[in-house]
Amino acid sequence: MSAERTEPGVWTLLTPKWRGALARLRQERSGSWAKLLLFVIAGGLFWTAIFGIAFRVLSYIQKVADIGDLLAGKVLGIILLTLHSILLLSNVITALSTYFLAKDLDLLVAAPVGWLRLYLAKLGETIVHSSWMVALLALPIFTAYGIVYSGGPLFPLVAIAAFLPFLVLPAAIGAIFTVLLVNVFPARRTRELLGLVGLGALGAAVIVLRFMRPEQLARPEGFRSFVDYLAELRTPTSPLLPSEWTAEMIMNWLLRIADPWPVVMLWGTALAALTAGALVHRRLYHSGFSKAQEGAERKVRRVLRGPLGAALQSMPAAKREFIFKDLRLFFRDNTQWSQLILLAVLLLIYIFNIKSLPIHSGERIPFSLVIVISFLNLGLAGFVLAAVAARFIFPAISLEGRQMWLLRSSPLEPSAMLWSKYWTGTVPLLLLALAITVLTNWLLQAGVFMMAVSVCTVLLYTLAASAMALTFGVFYPQFGSENAAQIPTSFGGVVYMMASLSLLALVIMLEAPPVAMQLRAYQRGQDLDLTPQMLITGAAVVALLCGATILPLRLAVQRIERMEITSGGVE
Amino acid sequence: MIRLTDLTKKYGKFTAVDGISLEVPRGELFGLLGPNGAGKTTTMRMIAGILQPTSGSIQVAGVDMLSRPLEAKSRLGFIPDRPFVYDKLTGGEFLRFAAALYSQDGPTVERRIDELLEVFDLAAWKDELTESYSHGMRQKLIICGALVHRPELIIVDEPMVGLDPKSARLLKDLFRQFVGRGGTVLMSTHTLEVAEVMCDRIAIVFRGKIAAQGTMAELRQQTESADMSLENLFLKLTGGHRAHRLDTVLER
Repeated sequence: MSAERTEPGVWTLLTPKWRGALARLRQERSGSWAKLLLFVIAGGLFWTAIFGIAFRVLSYIQKVADIGDLLAGKVLGIILLTLHSILLLSNVITALSTYFLAKDLDLLVAAPVGWLRLYLAKLGETIVHSSWMVALLALPIFTAYGIVYSGGPLFPLVAIAAFLPFLVLPAAIGAIFTVLLVNVFPARRTRELLGLVGLGALGAAVIVLRFMRPEQLARPEGFRSFVDYLAELRTPTSPLLPSEWTAEMIMNWLLRIADPWPVVMLWGTALAALTAGALVHRRLYHSGFSKAQEGAERKVRRVLRGPLGAALQSMPAAKREFIFKDLRLFFRDNTQWSQLILLAVLLLIYIFNIKSLPIHSGERIPFSLVIVISFLNLGLAGFVLAAVAARFIFPAISLEGRQMWLLRSSPLEPSAMLWSKYWTGTVPLLLLALAITVLTNWLLQAGVFMMAVSVCTVLLYTLAASAMALTFGVFYPQFGSENAAQIPTSFGGVVYMMASLSLLALVIMLEAPPVAMQLRAYQRGQDLDLTPQMLITGAAVVALLCGATILPLRLAVQRIERMEITSGGVE
Repeated sequence: MIRLTDLTKKYGKFTAVDGISLEVPRGELFGLLGPNGAGKTTTMRMIAGILQPTSGSIQVAGVDMLSRPLEAKSRLGFIPDRPFVYDKLTGGEFLRFAAALYSQDGPTVERRIDELLEVFDLAAWKDELTESYSHGMRQKLIICGALVHRPELIIVDEPMVGLDPKSARLLKDLFRQFVGRGGTVLMSTHTLEVAEVMCDRIAIVFRGKIAAQGTMAELRQQTESADMSLENLFLKLTGGHRAHRLDTVLER
């Protein structure tokens, strides 16, 4: 008979994942160097920008007499608290996929793999999926801290030692939360599950806002005395939060303070969470997994056809039904529509921030600041729209993946599919763009001229951002993805975000000088005139944004017509 | 009905289909046989307009698939080997969508959907999301989807996989009657008994080429294998008749 059976290790269980990642990387490299080069350049620029901002802000803060170090620690605490909230949310969503919905689970659960190894392997997968973007963002920030405070050659090791439990903790909590919820709710009722996650996110966002009070740090004059301000700085954001221990651990090293407390708390809590997760997993995972297999959702949510049906009646049947199909799939897919809750949270915070600006406090604000804030608002609105397009339009083609055989073997023109996807995503985005811009400009009391410039720019930018999102989705499809929410964080999604934000920056840079000049002249009592410079700039912006709409869509049509569909998916 | 001329498909350096030429007249049920990886699915996907050939031509009912793809596609119904459908659509919604892709809608389509679901024992599941369907039910649903627009030609890849005996029998009868009424079926299968009983003519594909084609009698004649069963003929042509050392594999 065969020798005594040995259980596969965690690394073995993860083999398909890392080998798959390596194979994808090799394919990318062999496929096109241009793609990789684009990613490296865009990533390098993005990383440098984050590092540059962090370095300049820290250098400035460090020079503030008496309170510089305190302020630097406070800022790090706030950054880490924000990252921790993002991590908690993203870990819960990811853990649901990795522990209960992933396609490899049938194989792993049926194999003679022990509970602990399965738990650890899936936890590792959850951490990588949910944390890689946070880790990439944290890297330039930690580097800036290390350089400004001369952390020495051992600082990277200290940063890793502080950051590792910081990543493990929310993943373990996310795994525990998911296992408990799946056991409580009936089979695959992820709608309720993700509804709860969304509400949790809303609560977390409010808590983060309450904890941060960042406007107080920026305005010391708002405190009754310097002692009050100093007291605020000395008080930890929250002494019981792991983000605070991580910040303290890093700052203690940089300021040469010997205090083992944050290290003990951080590592102790992470290990405790890891152990608690293992115990919960051992007791409840199999019952939860079994429940998750008990048939899928059968109850159908009807998507209203009435008014929309009447409006689209004149369209050809294929195009009309394609739009209805997309709407049905969106509102019936919990991983998709639940993101609307996150979007609402994002918008709430954005509008709250605009409303909290000192413009409304009765203080005298320099006119230049109003212009800066108006353009900053334009930039932020653009960022929100690009992020929404990444969430909802970028995955549109990827989500067709396995059903592409039906579309491609039918007489439906590929361009018709693309146009349907484009307008289904863009029309709601245009409405959102209009609402954000009008509301925030009204709150900022920006005036009719600035309102007109902002509305025109944002509407044209929305058309371009949607087109780019769809096109990047065609060029970097994720047909095998098990969760629509993970598609935007793929390689192509990140490249799209960088490209669309670069376009936004270019538009703002083009518009800012002539618009500012006009507004200054207006403030001096002169009439608003359409100068040749204004007209040229306007024409350049319109041409740029129209080009950024038409060119990507043309490329997308060409690409989709050439797309190869094998039995396993699309190539 | 189908005319393939020197059809070739290459994936990089690998040639999946190597210069296949074939003619299937109207009213014929034609079978494509071959071992795994022989190039059957690639050939069928090229005929269905999903894959683009590296070279060669495809004509469906006299219409060139490469230059007039929409016209050619409107004549055919394709049934893939893996039943991937939209999880979040009901069976009825999926069929309505499939019909709309061929520009068909309205009461006629609704009646047609009900008829098809009734025939395939899916009527009770019409308003259920397809994510709750079994593998066989999904397979039956995509068969309904391929028939909903009344095609002239059906291209079907491994039709019997996942079907219960009753449904398999139903499908055999359906294909025979479809052919009897002037339709054409191009079918790939590994089930040699099914091919032997159902198909008017058969082509055996091996390493991207047609090793032999014709009626059973013609195949026997071409391979000089009188009275040989299709299974033995197949193994002879594809080199699978070599004795396997099963004792080594089965040793515990």
